[in-house]
Amino acid sequence: MKIIVCIKQVPDTKGGVKFNPDGTLDRAAMLAIMNPDDKAGLEAALRLKDQYGAEVTVLTMGLPKAADALREALAMGADKAVLVTDRVLGGADTWATSTTIAGAIRNLDYDLIITGRQAIDGDTAQVGPQIAEHLQLPVISYAQDLKVEGDKVIVQRQYDDRYHVVEAKMPCLVTALSELNPPRYMTPGGIFDACKAEITTWGRADLKDVEDCNLGLNGSPTKIAKASDKVRKGAGEKIVPDSPSDGVKYIVEKLSEKHVI
Amino acid sequence: MSLEEYKDVYVFAQQVDGEISGISYELLGKAKDLAAALGQKVVAVLLGYNVKGLADSLAEYGADKVIVVDDKELEVYRTEPYAHGLASVINEFKPEIMLVGATAIGRDLGPTVSARVATGLTADCTQLDIGDFPLVAIPGKESEQKHNQLLMTRPAFGGNTIATIACPNNRPQMATVRPGVMQKIEPIKGAKAEVVDYNPGFTPDNRYVTVKEVVKAVSDTVDIMNAKILVSGGRGVGSPENFKILEDLAAVLGGEVSCSRAVVDSGWKPKDLQVGQTGKTVRPHVYFAIGISGAIQHVAGMEESDIIIAINKDEDAPIFDVADYGIVGDLNKIVPELTESIKKALAEK
Repeated sequence: MKIIVCIKQVPDTKGGVKFNPDGTLDRAAMLAIMNPDDKAGLEAALRLKDQYGAEVTVLTMGLPKAADALREALAMGADKAVLVTDRVLGGADTWATSTTIAGAIRNLDYDLIITGRQAIDGDTAQVGPQIAEHLQLPVISYAQDLKVEGDKVIVQRQYDDRYHVVEAKMPCLVTALSELNPPRYMTPGGIFDACKAEITTWGRADLKDVEDCNLGLNGSPTKIAKASDKVRKGAGEKIVPDSPSDGVKYIVEKLSEKHVI
Repeated sequence: MSLEEYKDVYVFAQQVDGEISGISYELLGKAKDLAAALGQKVVAVLLGYNVKGLADSLAEYGADKVIVVDDKELEVYRTEPYAHGLASVINEFKPEIMLVGATAIGRDLGPTVSARVATGLTADCTQLDIGDFPLVAIPGKESEQKHNQLLMTRPAFGGNTIATIACPNNRPQMATVRPGVMQKIEPIKGAKAEVVDYNPGFTPDNRYVTVKEVVKAVSDTVDIMNAKILVSGGRGVGSPENFKILEDLAAVLGGEVSCSRAVVDSGWKPKDLQVGQTGKTVRPHVYFAIGISGAIQHVAGMEESDIIIAINKDEDAPIFDVADYGIVGDLNKIVPELTESIKKALAEK
């Protein structure tokens, strides 16, 4: 079985967000990590590899430094890595990104494609289903459980108040929730091998059946009219009461001032 | 593609088990504003099996017209037949704007359909307006500025940044919209919409996956999105048992209990009580954040609350940056005493 896992390198929002003096996000000061949902998807692929002996290829689109995320994936146990990088691909929205990734995937053999449900920087959840659409594949989003039986996948697909047990014939695309499974750690041997491993690098010319008008900033149907750091309403009052009773009195006063009680 | 051919504001009227989802009414409410600004109509697109009877309720919430795609293949949500149904409606009727709820269904259907009809899609919008793109005309290129565009505003980066996005050269302009953000209208009793039946034909192929089982979460939890008062607990509450003191406080105020992601991850509370980026967006009248540190992802789901009261022993907890009233102290002492005081205050009235 051949599995492609699409991953994205994202800035880590967990350790706090850093801002430049002008108020914009300081991405350079923030740690770059493998997107959590993607990492869960990679783990699912590696478990299938452990079980059935699959070949796992990780693929990312990004700046050259996104190779770090690919090396981490190799150190976890992925077999091959592809970096799609080219200046003309920059500024892509989800349409142009999915077009690009689909163009890269057309060069590869696969039974199953796994992506994360969404990346923590954009939070759109769009690229996975859009890749499936460009490749004319069945898609199952929001996977909380994934099994393979013969030439089929059996997926628990999460909804707001329920889940569906869904069966699809491969080839197909599944998007993984972080809950799917906790990712394994890199092994020392894996890290050693990953440092030496060759990463296949593709540019615009390597994308198959893709038109220029659908790539990068110019090929993106959505355009940013305005972007800014969110203006929060800001802190109100904060008290450090001498006793819990003083704190309680304060809250009760405020609640009656606001006619809540 | 001639953009002028596209008109009216369309809403995907999500239904599950023959019941219209709340987000559909919220979208109709917003669509009414947008349609008024454009001088156009509000059209609901209802996909399902034996669902035509739901058209009237869509009319009561603001739909001028309802397009019904009724087919056995649409009985349970699956990406392919639904995407085929909605994409076919778009190709046939040519909407100017297509709104979809940012639900577990809409966030799968939206991207698939937008890729199929080759247009842009903006995810998880929290604000929609009609305006110009670019917002300010480029000097010397005033004639290139487009008017009456859908301006879609959304948070990104875990709520740290906010972007306004347009889709000037493709139609329809598509957006998914976060549940709980837009306001539905007071239903107009007896309102009727023009109902149009449309079936593009459904031919199962390999993309029609098989739903082998539907497992509903056994849950007697309330919908926290409708609560006027929420008493929300975080990891600082300490244990699932200790949520009792929050439940008592909620009970005297006629509110409900919700929680942060850490609480769900620890298995203390079910996911449908989770507030935040990966949980629900709430905007109650009063939001108590108790033992919640206030990670940005949590704040994104509750900062629109009218009054935020935070209780936390950590003076530097980021929750105090968004709280209207912050109390630094031990929740185990403050919360039970607060419940008693409120009880007393209410009894005196």
